[in-house]
Amino acid sequence: MQEVQLMVTCLCDAIYGEVAISTVQVLEKLGCKVHFPKNQTCCGQPPFNSGDWENSKLAANHCISEFQKQDLPVVVPSASCAAMVREGYKMMGLGSPLVIYELSEFIADKCQLDSVKTWKSYPHKVAFHQACHGRSIGLKDQQETLLRKVPNIQLVAFEQAEQCCGFGGAFCVTHGALSEGIGLEKLKNIKESGANEIVTGDMGCAVHLEGLIKKHQMNLRIRHFSEILAEVLI
Amino acid sequence: MRSASASKVTARERALKTLFCEPPQAQDTASAIKSYVLDHLRTLLIELEAQCLSNGIQVHWANNAEDANQIIVDLCKESAKPGDVIVKAKSMATEEIHLNHHLDEAGFETVETDLGEFVVQIDHDTPSHIVTPIIHKTRKEIAASFSREELGPYTEEPKELTMQARAHLRKKFREAKIGISGVNFAIASTGHLVLVENEGNNRFCTTAPDVHIALMGIEKVLPTPAELPLFLPLLAASATGQLLTTYVHFIKSPRQERETDGPKAIHLVILDNGRTNVLQGPFREILKCIRCGACLNVCPIYRQASGHAYGHVYSGPLGEVLAPALEGVESFGDLAKASTLCGACQEVCPVKIPIPELLLEIRHRANSPSTSEKLAWTSFAQASQHPLVWKFGLKLLPLAPMARHPFLTSWLKRRTLPTRVGRDFRGWWNERS
Repeated sequence: MQEVQLMVTCLCDAIYGEVAISTVQVLEKLGCKVHFPKNQTCCGQPPFNSGDWENSKLAANHCISEFQKQDLPVVVPSASCAAMVREGYKMMGLGSPLVIYELSEFIADKCQLDSVKTWKSYPHKVAFHQACHGRSIGLKDQQETLLRKVPNIQLVAFEQAEQCCGFGGAFCVTHGALSEGIGLEKLKNIKESGANEIVTGDMGCAVHLEGLIKKHQMNLRIRHFSEILAEVLI
Repeated sequence: MRSASASKVTARERALKTLFCEPPQAQDTASAIKSYVLDHLRTLLIELEAQCLSNGIQVHWANNAEDANQIIVDLCKESAKPGDVIVKAKSMATEEIHLNHHLDEAGFETVETDLGEFVVQIDHDTPSHIVTPIIHKTRKEIAASFSREELGPYTEEPKELTMQARAHLRKKFREAKIGISGVNFAIASTGHLVLVENEGNNRFCTTAPDVHIALMGIEKVLPTPAELPLFLPLLAASATGQLLTTYVHFIKSPRQERETDGPKAIHLVILDNGRTNVLQGPFREILKCIRCGACLNVCPIYRQASGHAYGHVYSGPLGEVLAPALEGVESFGDLAKASTLCGACQEVCPVKIPIPELLLEIRHRANSPSTSEKLAWTSFAQASQHPLVWKFGLKLLPLAPMARHPFLTSWLKRRTLPTRVGRDFRGWWNERS
């Protein structure tokens, strides 16, 4: 049995608990034993991206020491946090102290999906939004490939699908109008595709898009792909 | 403008696939060649100078914008008098040093001959894109400008507008005493100046007047002509989605004795203007840039804001790095914050410049947060080191709006406050174990 440590991410810790729960459930269904280091907090990305590396290092060092207590790979349902640990730590001179996988990457590389015999149906029209930070860890189409395996899911194409959602961490508040404009453009394109659900792999995109959706009272919901997998894998 | 950018992105992909079996491999090779150039820049420039001199091209070195303007204005004064026409081909380097302003001050009639730059000039505007300078203008706006300048009867037909500009510019080419251009690639081993364009105006600028002055940044040099079969199509595809530009000029020498046309003198002005400093610093890789503009076309911020919002000659992701690199992170460091770090720019860059990493590096070095931002990150870092405080903080999140932090005010202006939906992870985990 593979043993892994879950990095829950601040956003799932604070808001999207269901995503973290689904992540654990999916990993367990795929035969993993999941550990949760309870003293974990944040990987340090928010101050890092804003240029405050001094404060980022404080958070990063805490993260490293908490996950180094066990010699197990870390799995995180966010390419953004994975990129921070893999690339950001290197830039700050902290080296590569942790082995970390984004969830879909871990499933593709380390798990046997075939071990799950039955998949439930998920008859929904879904727009898949690929989070941009996947680029920094070399993530290709692992998330979309997983979704395509789900019976009866209808993945719809939409205009400028590859474009960023406009979140960008602190960018979404320091450059609020730009961020909003980019986000609304994304939502407009998704609406026009006829999808009623957005599926993504990063809750950073989700928290921003969901805030816009609710403000503009659009009929769209956002889910993490782990939530769908947790529902359909029997 | 957004749809124009998007269609350029598609055209670029199509052209690259036609040209190269493995486009990423072409990008890697081009990037490696540019690394070689930066590593051997001094030697290559000396070689270029020697070759140019032996071909009859006079070479001038400009440390900064002031020097370059002085050199060019002095050269112009040698061959033209106030009121004479100077025709210009599109060149970002001349934009960088604000050359037109200096030529105007010296009393010359400077005429931009690239159609887009011509429109910018008659409108007293500035280019909003390094390749397509009037991407922000509509056909109607251009029609109005042309009719205001009495270039011909009012029309909104692109073809007729182009013909009006053409008729106007042809006269200027005939009158011009001097032609000024940029340089896309300068070949060290042969001394060729290579220029690409689609309108033919560069050819007029560099052949019709008696004097041709070319301005290039020091990083534009390539070792040998053998690099061109890679760089020419890569630039065309990345910039405009073409397999090759309509015109490619190889300029080697002024008019020879037996020849009946071409400029009698060619001057190459080689511009540093901060580049040597960049070469020795952490943003070195931005000097690989070949000014194709692909990063602008693909950038969500550029598409939303347009080029003028950047407040610098170089806009888009390239400008966010180049402006602070050339002019100091103190004055332009904030530009690096105008990015979501989505990485689309790095993906399309023909020379694989790691733009997001450079932006992070600039943000780090500029690190000039407002008091409220500093406070946010300090408290964040403190909480993140103390799990009890962290967990307590998470419980207080619904009270966040009371903090009245500018970040929150900005968030709430455009979005609703996120609220927990469903179960709390830590609670769920504790219950099951």
